Formats: sequence, C-alpha cells, structure tokens
Amino acid sequence: MVAQLSSSVSRGRELLRRLAEILPAEALISDREGMRPYECDGLTAYRRLPLCVVLPDTVEQVRAVLRLCRELETVVVTRGAGTGLSGGALPHAEGVLLGLSRLNRILELDVRARLARVQPGVSNLALSEAAAPHGLFYAPDPSSQVICSIGGNVAENSGGVHCLKYGLTVHNIQALKLLDCDGETLELGRGALDQAGYDLLALLCGSEGMLGVIVEITVRLLPRPACSRVLLAGFGHVGDAARAVADVIGAGIIPAGLEMMDQGCIQAVEAYMQAGYPTEAAALLLCEIDGEEEEVESGLQHVADIFRKRRATSLRTARDAAESARMWAGRKAAFPAVGRLAPDYYCLDGTIPRHRLGAVLERIAELSRLYDLRVVNVFHAGDGNLHPLVLYDNQRPGELQRVEELGKRILELCVAEGGTVTGEHGVGVEKLDPMCSQFSPVELAQLHAVKQAFDPAGRLNPGKAVPLLRRCVELGGMHVHGGRVPFPELERL
Amino acid sequence: MQLREACASGRAVRIEGGGSKSFYGRQTRGEALRVGSYQGIVSYRPEELVVVARAGTSLAELEQVLADKGQMLAFEPPHFGPGATLGGTVACGLSGPRRPYAGACRDFVLGVHCLNGRGEELRCGGQVLKNVAGYDLSRLLTGSLGTLGVLLELSIRVLPVPEMEVSLRRPARPPQALELLRTWEARGAPLSAAVIDGEYLNVRLSGVARLVDSVATRLGLERHPDGLRYWSELREQRLPFFAGEQALWRLAVPPGTPFLSPPGKCLLDWGGSQYWIRSAVTPRVLRALAEKEHGHATLFRGGNARGELFHPLPSRLAALHSRIKDAFDGQRILNRGAMYPGL
Repeated sequence: MVAQLSSSVSRGRELLRRLAEILPAEALISDREGMRPYECDGLTAYRRLPLCVVLPDTVEQVRAVLRLCRELETVVVTRGAGTGLSGGALPHAEGVLLGLSRLNRILELDVRARLARVQPGVSNLALSEAAAPHGLFYAPDPSSQVICSIGGNVAENSGGVHCLKYGLTVHNIQALKLLDCDGETLELGRGALDQAGYDLLALLCGSEGMLGVIVEITVRLLPRPACSRVLLAGFGHVGDAARAVADVIGAGIIPAGLEMMDQGCIQAVEAYMQAGYPTEAAALLLCEIDGEEEEVESGLQHVADIFRKRRATSLRTARDAAESARMWAGRKAAFPAVGRLAPDYYCLDGTIPRHRLGAVLERIAELSRLYDLRVVNVFHAGDGNLHPLVLYDNQRPGELQRVEELGKRILELCVAEGGTVTGEHGVGVEKLDPMCSQFSPVELAQLHAVKQAFDPAGRLNPGKAVPLLRRCVELGGMHVHGGRVPFPELERL
Repeated sequence: MQLREACASGRAVRIEGGGSKSFYGRQTRGEALRVGSYQGIVSYRPEELVVVARAGTSLAELEQVLADKGQMLAFEPPHFGPGATLGGTVACGLSGPRRPYAGACRDFVLGVHCLNGRGEELRCGGQVLKNVAGYDLSRLLTGSLGTLGVLLELSIRVLPVPEMEVSLRRPARPPQALELLRTWEARGAPLSAAVIDGEYLNVRLSGVARLVDSVATRLGLERHPDGLRYWSELREQRLPFFAGEQALWRLAVPPGTPFLSPPGKCLLDWGGSQYWIRSAVTPRVLRALAEKEHGHATLFRGGNARGELFHPLPSRLAALHSRIKDAFDGQRILNRGAMYPGL
C-alpha cells in the first residue's frame, strides 16, 4: 500500500515535470488555489481537485498531453466551459483535467455553404454572433448559451428551447475532428451530409468525453427566419394546458418553441421581474412561431384557436419583436426567479411522452406533498422535457437526502411513463444510479463495450456516463422490464 | 430462435427483410435470417409525432397509416420495390429528396430494439426526442447495413405533411442553377427538394398555402410537367437517367460545393450535395474527385458485389470500425462484409 502510494506520488511528479516540457508555463496549473475553479462543473454538489489542470491553446499541445498520458497511464477528464449540469467534467483525483477553453477560434465561416468550422472552446453565443451579420444562426441554444462551449454542446448533445423545430446538436453538426485516447486524429465527416462507414458523428454527440477529445467541429448554420412572434396564454388548469400542447402538435404545427410553467413558477417570475405573466393562472404556455410572414400569421391564428378551445383564461400575442423578447425574458429568468424562493433548489431533467404530461405533473404534485418539499415546474413542453425544481434548505439536516430521494422517484416515474432519466443534462456522475433503472445489464455491458472500442485502457473520463454493473446490483436491482427479474445474469459475478 | 442457434454455433447469417434493397452493399454469405414477417405498428399517437413499429412492417403500409393522420416520414425514404420494410430502410439509412431540408433517416430514428451478434436484446434510445441517457446506439445502428445488430422494432419521429406542395422548374445550366438555389435558400424560400438535371433546375416548395403560393409567384418558375410525381420517380430511381445497366455512383459532397463536372452523365440531387453519376470510369477517378471535395463516393448499383463499394476508410478509422463491430458481434456472424470486407 505504502509502496503503491509512493509510486503514484512519483508518477504524479514525473507527469508534472513532463507536462511542463510540452506546455507553456501559463497552460499548466498544479497549485490547489489555482485549480479551485476547476473542481466542479455546473453540478456544484460534487467537487474534487485533479492532479493538475492543463489549458492548451493548440491542437498539437492537446495531442502531446494525450500521448504523455498514454505513456504514463494517466486519466484525462476533458472540460469545456464547465457549465454541464451532471458532473461530466468532475475531475479525477489522479488525473489531468484537460480544459479546452483556449481553443476558442472560429476557423472558418463559409457563408455560401452555411457551414462554420470552429474549435471546441468557442462559445455558443460567439458562434451565433459571428453568424448573425450574414443573416445566419446556429440553432441549438441551451440556457447557458452565453458561456457554454460548442465542444461541450457536442459532448452533451445539447438542446435548448428551439429543439422541437430545429433539433439537437446532433442534427446541426456536419463534421468532427477528434483526437483518440492515443492522441491520434480521427476525422468523422468532412462536411458532406453523410459519411462513409458507421455514423460515428452521431455516436460522439452526447458521449460525455468518454470516446475521444473533440478538437474541431463543423456546424451547420441556418438562415435566420424573416419573422418570429410569441403568444402567451394562461390556463385555469394544468391539464388544459397539457392538452393544448398535444393539440398544437397534433394539428400539424411545429412551433419554434413551446414552453410551460406552473403557478409556482409564474408567481416567482412575476415577483422577480414583472414579465406581465397572468399570476392567477394555474399554468402558462409560451408559444413561438417563426418563418416567413405568411406562415407566422397563419400559425399564430391556428394556435390561438386551439388555446381558446382548451379554455385559456388569457391570451396575448406579441405585437412586435420587443414584446416577444419581453415575454421570453420571463421564461429565461425562471431559474434565478425560483432561486429566490428558497435557499437552495435542485433542478431535475427527464423526458416523457407528451400525452402523459398532465398525469405526470399530477403525480409530481403528489410526490411533492409526500416528501413535504415544494416543487415548481418550468419546462420544454413541446418536446416533453421536464425540469422540476425542488426547493429546499441545505442547512436543514437530512433535507438534501429527502430531495435526492424525491428526485429519484420522479426520474423513475419518467422511465415508467416511457421516457428517459435525462433529456438534456447528461448522465455524468449525477445520473449513474437512475441509469440502472433505465438500462438492463446487457445494455449497460454493450455501452461499456462501445467505450472499450474507443478507449481500451479506460483513460478518458472514467467512471462517468455509464454505471458499472456492480453499482446497479448494489443499488438493489431497480430495472424491471417486460417481466424480467432484475439482474438474474449477475449472480455469476 | 434461429439467431440464438447461429450465435451458439458461430454460423454466419444474412439478414433479409423484403429484399427490395438486396442490390445495395457488398455480398454477404450465410444462412438467411428472415425478419420480414415480424410486422406491425406497435404504437402510434399522432400528437406525439412518434410511431413505433416492428422491423418487418411494410414501408408502404406504414406511410399510408401516417398519411391518414396527415403525417409522414420526413426523410422521404426510397422503397426500391414493393417489399420495402421499415427495418431495411433504417438498416440502409437511405434518405430521399427532402433530406437536405428536413433531415436524414438517422435524424428521425429515436429508438431501436435489436439483437446484437451475441443474440442479446438491446433497447436503445426511446420514444422521445430529447434523450441523452447512454451512447446514441440507435443512430449508430442506422445505416450500419445489419452488421451490428438485427433490428426488431424502431421508434421513428414523424412530421406533419405540409399544407401545400408544388413542383416547379426553369431551364438552367448546372453552375447557374446552383447559384439560384444558393440565393433562394439564403432568403428562406420553403424548398423541400431541388434537383439539377443539366437542362433544368427542378424544385419542390412545401409549407403553408399562402407562403408557397406567394413564393412560387415571386420566383417566376414554370409548373413542372410531371408535377409532384417527379419527386417519387426521382426517389425510386425511375427517371430515364437511371435506366440501363451502366454503373451508378453516388457522390456526397458538402453543401455549397461548386459544380464538379464529373466524367459521364450526372444528376445533382439534394440541392447540389448529392451527385448521381452514370460512368464507366475506374473507381479511382471518382473516389479521388470526391475526396478532393471533402466528400465520399459509393458504387450504388452495378458494381462488383465482392469489391469495394463504399468509400475506403483511413486505416485508423477502419481499425476503429473493426473494434466497434467486435463490440456488437465478436464472432462476426451478422451480415459480415456487407459494408467493408471482413466487417
């Protein structure tokens, strides 16, 4: 044990010495205070210091780091802007934290082809801003878009409020260049609409830094719609709002965004910023239609008719862009607004089939009473992606534990309803346990086998995204599917 | 089940659906594993924009069920014969004329239920658009030509049929036609297909009636004499261009690529990013041309089914493909060699 410890210490020293040879001084951080900002990502409940932080500013430096880590058998955790919400970028105590924030150049913006080739550290907003003067935009817009990076967006397959119409990151990228675990370059696509061989481009989207280090991304840009307007409606019952959502989609309308808030959230937002939301409503829908003038007109009319039929208690259409922006501002401020209601809140992320919306919200309300914890809801209703926010006070003993228990129940509910334990925040370290309820042991083994094909030694972001089978067994076998007994296969282990 | 026996004995199997796309891909040996009889729509709720169906479900029947509810498979898959099944469609991963404007087959695959080469049942993805739990195996399996798994059930995102569609054209040489398209696309014209055949630029507009009407008038194009039928004939490769026995190549290049003037006759689909080429030149010439333009070339029909039909992969990528194959099918019994030799 002592010998092992001292060998790991000396290997750590060797690593730092060799890293100092390949990186400029400012690109290597190994003092505790300097590393502090990197100890967690957006999921701040989990914190850990790495062995060191490296911040390369060329692809060749990234390659050199990966080669050295291979030689010294060291773990690498890749980090974008650190806005992830599931701990995917949580450092490894004996590993290198590879921050790609300095790889932040837009390498090419081809207006004619409507493609942009960017480095992974370019922020989502910077890309949108670079595209805007050409009448173009990059569609995925996660709420962290001001700081989150395109590389991180690919790793998490990020969505945002416009997914229903414009898709996720996977639908909006055309090529990737990555370095594999040995530091060798792999080109997945070069800009055509498909590639020869397996669709590894799609596989890399949402792979949470487990399969390779993405060093270049070619994204597709879209022409900015000529016109875009928002309609705001209040409903006396959550069920009416949920049915209105189903009716809109069923009527063949694909809104650019379709968001829902419950009363708790509406009131929090109004108290925070007076967005003009109907505070007496039990639920609010925000519907954005975009396109050419003619489509927007006809779409808005159609949606307004549907909302009226579903007994909307108030209905307002934005007259112009400024009013649309004000309506959106309330939605965008929902999290900070809810943040004022309690010392802490825990944001959940699951997806359910849309037609179960009303029933699931009722069940969440029951669970909220059962656990004596307040839950407010704000979510992407158009694609069934829920974000229940559980309010609590971390200072009260045992409360966080109750929150986690409630969160687990809500995610199990999502799976039972035919949905998923994570719609857009990823698994990281946070959702490892819920993964056991969604996937069978053979499915988890298959996921591990795919990881192994890319990274046989398991040096890239180990311990994230896919739980070990052992962990699921210890958890007590949550997965029951089609009458199968949980984990019968595992008795052999 | 037959596959389990094959797994136990390590015997190779050749997965067969409706046989409509048996011309596509390399020859595979092995006992036929017939999955075409595993049919039926498992669930379909129009307001969810998702249909779940068994792999053997007839593509034509599925499309009819969707059409009855005003919905469609937005990637407009080619059938290539009356027997086409949903499973075969996803396994081949082919997309039709609407692809550049609506998305590809893989973009609409939300979940897959399959058997891997060990005969193990896997359910990947699901029935919801937003889902980032686990690696995206559903899309990995799409277009893998049955080399990674036997598809059993698929959940597919569907979209509403546009309120109105019109088929238009105007005479234009290819370079000029590409320029016109660029301008129209940048202005947000509601294009849903665009083909340049050498003589004409043919386009389809789709959307709300008022918009389609006003854009059709603004662009000043003539009505296409074949109407909307032109697009199904194109999709099914029944236009005169596709007649005859000469080899048919497919070149995929990035959008915005200037006109290439490839050797032989050509038809540009996908707004200029998919070339169909009839040519007897050696594969080397077209592969080099595709590579120079950052694309890839497939010998789609009429090639030697034992040769290289798909664009060769760089060695490191080929080795990765091989390891991925092993991760699903270590004994290499599923459709072995359908895509690349040995894979």
